[in-house]
Amino acid sequence: MTAVAVNNIVKTYGKKKEVAALYDISFEVPQGELFGVIGPDGAGKTSLFRILTTLLLADSGSATVDGFDVVKDYKAIRKRVGYMPGKFSLYPDLSVEENLNFFATIFNTSIEENYELIKDIYIQIEPFKKRKAGKLSGGMKQKLALSCALIHRPSVLFLDEPTTGVDAVSRKEFWEMLKGLKQQGITILVSTPYMDEAGLCDRVALVQNGKILSINTPQGVVQEFPYPLWAIRSDKMLALQREAAKLSSVQDIYPFGEYHHVVLKKGSTAAQLEEFIQAHQVDNAEMKTATPDIEDCFIALMKPSIDTATDSLNENASK
Amino acid sequence: MKRHFPLSIFNFQFLAFVKKEFYHIWRDKRTMFILLGMPVVQIVIFGFALTNEVKNSKFAVLDEAKDDASQSLIAQLDASRYFDLEKNLTSYQQIEEEFKKGKIKLAVVIPAHFSDDLKHLNKASVQLIADASDPNVANTLTGYATSVIMDYQVRITQERKMPYTINTELRMLYNPQLKGAFNFVPGVMAMVLLLVCTMMTAITIVKEKEMGTMEIMLVSPMRPQLVVLAKAVPYLLLSVINIATILLLSVFVLEVPINGSILLLVAESILFTLVSLSLGLLISAGAQSQQTAMFISLVALFLPTIMLSGFMFPIENMPLPLRIVSNIVPAKWYYSIVKSVMIKGVGLQAVWKETAILAGMMIFFLTMAIKKFKIRLA
Repeated sequence: MTAVAVNNIVKTYGKKKEVAALYDISFEVPQGELFGVIGPDGAGKTSLFRILTTLLLADSGSATVDGFDVVKDYKAIRKRVGYMPGKFSLYPDLSVEENLNFFATIFNTSIEENYELIKDIYIQIEPFKKRKAGKLSGGMKQKLALSCALIHRPSVLFLDEPTTGVDAVSRKEFWEMLKGLKQQGITILVSTPYMDEAGLCDRVALVQNGKILSINTPQGVVQEFPYPLWAIRSDKMLALQREAAKLSSVQDIYPFGEYHHVVLKKGSTAAQLEEFIQAHQVDNAEMKTATPDIEDCFIALMKPSIDTATDSLNENASK
Repeated sequence: MKRHFPLSIFNFQFLAFVKKEFYHIWRDKRTMFILLGMPVVQIVIFGFALTNEVKNSKFAVLDEAKDDASQSLIAQLDASRYFDLEKNLTSYQQIEEEFKKGKIKLAVVIPAHFSDDLKHLNKASVQLIADASDPNVANTLTGYATSVIMDYQVRITQERKMPYTINTELRMLYNPQLKGAFNFVPGVMAMVLLLVCTMMTAITIVKEKEMGTMEIMLVSPMRPQLVVLAKAVPYLLLSVINIATILLLSVFVLEVPINGSILLLVAESILFTLVSLSLGLLISAGAQSQQTAMFISLVALFLPTIMLSGFMFPIENMPLPLRIVSNIVPAKWYYSIVKSVMIKGVGLQAVWKETAILAGMMIFFLTMAIKKFKIRLA
């Protein structure tokens, strides 16, 4: 069964509709899936989530959540989805317990009724239940917000950048919690600007400038990576990047941890790069093959125009 | 278990929201004290500091007669509660010096042979010189001084038979002592209720928008209109406390009587509170930031309330366009109701027209507010 279906959604802002936030977006999320919307700031993630949670109207296109239309049946959707906005949105002057109680009542339920669902998460902040929400740490705020969004056992959960501004350990814990919720049969849509979190989703949509670049499983996205990928390093990293970029077989080079990732053009061999590394032995230059990850794929997807442009240039040059 | 009673769901949600609002108010102690302390401070300020009554004004005397008549006239002026004798002057030049020092507000010049003139010519003059840099005060003071002098004249003429005399007998109805409090208590009530209800409701609703909690509230089964109405309840209660404070203070501290029915007065006050609350809700529906909400409340409501309600400046003296505009200021009608009920002691039959206008305004603002309330973000 389809939990979320999006068909040709277009959303623009501004009086003359000059700012396009979403450009002809379509995708489907089956029930029980953990679906990631990955993209940089300003990609249109929040606009998409707000349209799906009935908070915004799209310019054109349609969408359904749990089979209900986001425009016509907005009341039905508001009863069954959980939503956690990107900004911390609980009452800072109410205590942890008061916040949770308040949201439980607003959603016609009580903490006891759905305690089972939030137990694993809430138990971590329960020792601080008398503390004001405004005085919690970032990670605890996030757990409380998630508890509040879950308190009515939603069928679809929308989490807009839940891990932004949260430390690495809390982020990891947070994703563990999402996996637990998936076991309960809750469909989860989560947006994030962090590429490393993509691998934790069942499927991801890579979005940029309001367009979906690719929808696939994380493995699928990686497998689709069409270029030979190498990692190089030397003692003079900056100079190495500048000079390697001039090689005719190199399509793209960017810093990646302590290495530079070198994307070679489709079908080209590493011979030229090897030669280049040999020539830089004075600076202890070395190279090795690299397995592409989501970030490599995203960077490659973000620059398709460069790819085709240089390809055609080279074709012209060879003629 | 609660979900089996669909009717009570409404109540639980609503009550939970009202409870939450009380937490907000209760935990922000500073704001709460301002809200509850404001009427006290305003009543005290208006009652004792900012009064336009003239009391104990200092005056100087240039007595060139120095006879029994002039002395007893000066004694009578000094004895009245409006005047205090500051100084006896010896020359005309000193008068202006004293005015420039700013100590005196009035100078009384009694010419030589005052008593003789009075007794033998049946006619004598007294010159009153007032500091007209504040024209109202100057007018009032010369008026008071003239009436004291007239009193004195009446006293001495009783001894002799005058052929023709017209005696004017003044009676100040409803406020025999001409107390300023009779005028400003209704004004302060209008001002305080408007501030607490309109501005605070507008600000708190917009605050939820700013904080992002409105976003969650919208994606919930709670009807958006209920969110807004629940916001108004705590402020209605605060206002009732404020109404009580103002009435108690004005009766027991300022000695302004409540001549009409207290029940009617409180009911009318609650009606005005509801008008203010609806206005606050309407402002919040349009404003996107707390600053905007505050600015609209202050500029569009607070100023007209002070200027155009008749509380500071009489509406009858205003040019026609302002008189027309004053009709859409709710405080004008409330001010007139409170004055009628509290001071004149009339009943509902005398203020039904104003009451109907206020009720109409409330229905209009509330309908607009609920209609304009956005069920989405944009």
